[in-house]
Amino acid sequence: MERFLAQNWTVIQPALFLVFTGLIVLLVDLWLKEEEREWLAYFSLVGFGGAGVIVVRQWLAVRGLETPITGFGGMMVLDTLGLLFQMLFFLVGFLAVLLAPGYLTRRRLQRGEFYALLLFSTAGMSLLAGAQDLIMLFLGIEVLSIPLYILAGFARPRLDSEEASLKYFLLGAFATGFLLYGTALLYGATGTTAFEALRASEAAAAPRENVMFMAGIALLLVGLGFKISMAPFHQWTPDVYEGAPTPVTAFMVAATKAGGMVALIRLLYWGLGPADDVWRPLLGVLAAVTMTWGNVGALLQRNVKRMLAYSSIAHAGYLLIGVLSGGVGFVAVLVYLLIYALTNLGAFGVILLLEDGEREALDIESYRGLARFHPGAALLMSVFLLSLAGFPPTAGFFGKFLLFTAGISAGLTWLVVVAVLNSVLSVFYYARVIVKMYMQEPVETPAFSRSWLVAGALAVAAVGVVLLGLYPTVVVRLITA
Amino acid sequence: MSAQFVIFGLLAVTSVATALAMIFSRNAVHGVLFMVGNFAAVALLYVLLGSPFLAAVQILVYAGAIMVLFLFVVMLMGPEPAPLWEHIPGQRPLALLFGLLLAAGLIAAVNVEELTGVPGIMSQEVLERLGQPTALAQTLFERYLLPFEVTSLLLLIGMIGAVVLAKREKHELQAERAPREGGAE
Amino acid sequence: MIVPVSYYLVLGAILFSIGVTGVLLRRNAIMVFMSIELMLNAVNLSFVAMSRALDSLDGQVFVFFVMTVAAAEVAVGLALIVAIFRSLGSADVDDAHVLKG
Repeated sequence: MERFLAQNWTVIQPALFLVFTGLIVLLVDLWLKEEEREWLAYFSLVGFGGAGVIVVRQWLAVRGLETPITGFGGMMVLDTLGLLFQMLFFLVGFLAVLLAPGYLTRRRLQRGEFYALLLFSTAGMSLLAGAQDLIMLFLGIEVLSIPLYILAGFARPRLDSEEASLKYFLLGAFATGFLLYGTALLYGATGTTAFEALRASEAAAAPRENVMFMAGIALLLVGLGFKISMAPFHQWTPDVYEGAPTPVTAFMVAATKAGGMVALIRLLYWGLGPADDVWRPLLGVLAAVTMTWGNVGALLQRNVKRMLAYSSIAHAGYLLIGVLSGGVGFVAVLVYLLIYALTNLGAFGVILLLEDGEREALDIESYRGLARFHPGAALLMSVFLLSLAGFPPTAGFFGKFLLFTAGISAGLTWLVVVAVLNSVLSVFYYARVIVKMYMQEPVETPAFSRSWLVAGALAVAAVGVVLLGLYPTVVVRLITA
Repeated sequence: MSAQFVIFGLLAVTSVATALAMIFSRNAVHGVLFMVGNFAAVALLYVLLGSPFLAAVQILVYAGAIMVLFLFVVMLMGPEPAPLWEHIPGQRPLALLFGLLLAAGLIAAVNVEELTGVPGIMSQEVLERLGQPTALAQTLFERYLLPFEVTSLLLLIGMIGAVVLAKREKHELQAERAPREGGAE
Repeated sequence: MIVPVSYYLVLGAILFSIGVTGVLLRRNAIMVFMSIELMLNAVNLSFVAMSRALDSLDGQVFVFFVMTVAAAEVAVGLALIVAIFRSLGSADVDDAHVLKG
């Protein structure tokens, strides 16, 4: 018992807070009628907000420290990088909850488990952000993924949702197998799974002489590659993002990418830092393949959800530039992820406004002449798409600028050139939707459903995108202060 | 010395044979049974490796609980349920080729004279003195306390998942009963 | 250890590859799922062998966690398969494979 209490519980305080909120949601759900369950959404908002307050306080306390605080025998660390990532997760969770209630009510899916699973999944990300051991990396990824498998199939008994869920589940479990085998090989090659000891091991100092160690790194990258939908392990992404309920897709696009990136950064820099001559070239090539494949795929899509799914693959490729740059690259990754999350949640928010339970604005043709009927929605969608494409003066431009300058200063000029060419390519498919909205004649009256919560999320996203575009340096100064 | 080699050889052949039989079996029930055989063979290998406790857990949890659950679902759905993916041309030879290449690569990676890892202190003598389950429990609740707590959350999520995916809301049941002509579940 | 650790590791590698082959080969969800379990089983075998060879218990503790996670995944996975089976049973079979892959 003394040992139990002697652990440094503050390192998992935000995750604990989310889990307890989730448990209360599950409990209270039992006493609520279907039409009262919207209250659970408001309660979850409090959960995400409270966790956000906790991490901001921790961040203020930790900022000036020379050595980061660790807990649970070095399993977890409390440092600024992890805390900033957690702030991002909780913001995304907050906005995703705002998107959900209207959709769930219209489809008669309003159930407390939805919010509880969203909270648990975010708790998994929060654990990942501080992971300092391969076991925590593995468990964090599982706590992040398993709720998402369930959420992807939440729109039961719709078959496309269930099939998306099954596909996501099987490929996710498949990837877990690779991740675990990689962990086993690293354990055999170094005798440890703790990042600190891995970093100091002989195998990491001379990785090229240790085949088992190199194979372990490769298998771990395959496993994580599946999770962040890095090419060539991205094939599941469009199907799953298309089939999952739209609010869940929005959460997955925005949050899992961030969760995967923090896992990758922790593993590569904290665990395998000295062995970077092995993973650096490998990851560089994969980054180039990922962005190109994603953008070419997006060009061919007629379904907006699928298009955004392919675009998310492309963005994973851009983000890898930041991961490879290290140091200043992490700031770029964080800011880019923030902008990317806001834009995507905004775009999905607009998609959610344009559905009424029966019709969904998924086909690209349903955006024809939207500006005529709903000029506000069309304007917002245009802002978000332009930001995704990286047009100045939107926030997306600034995010790409940060990533690319970080890449150049780290000597990755060739990769940055590929990324710039890709960005030009991506303009075509984003602009196609805008052209449809403004320059083509409408075919039919679009479906529309008013929701104050979605409007609130859209307002936050839009203000964020515009402000980050106009005053870009403020957030960077805040992070690096 | 030879007895151990013989036992290892027998168990290795059994586990590989059951694994191959499982992935090629046409009937899912046979597949489950081959899998149980595989788990049992691996459990005996754990005994050979000096971990009888893990062997017991393997039999109870894997071969017992999990595979019975599989068998239950297979029986519910019939032995040849609908395929998940459309057939991709050339899938079989490509999968086999990939499997062989992967096996060759992995064997090259793990076939080492001696592990390069730094050895710990839990040698077989120490374990015998402490008692193996005791030593395991100590490691589990000291160094691995946090992961242990996290798995409890994972199991809870698993339970919620089963409920969410299998439970039917009242309105779903009503909607379903209406068009049906008295077919029982 | 009388039988060298590399024997166990090679056996683990073979079982893992068989599992991967099974996932790629089969189109039936249950068989794919069982092949994944085979992969995890191979990982566990490697962990126990390494744990013995390295005189450390970390590998064996890892096996516990792998088993627990596998149990949680099985609960979700089988529930999903049953749910799809029921939807297929009550819906028109032509609606299946909405998603091309």
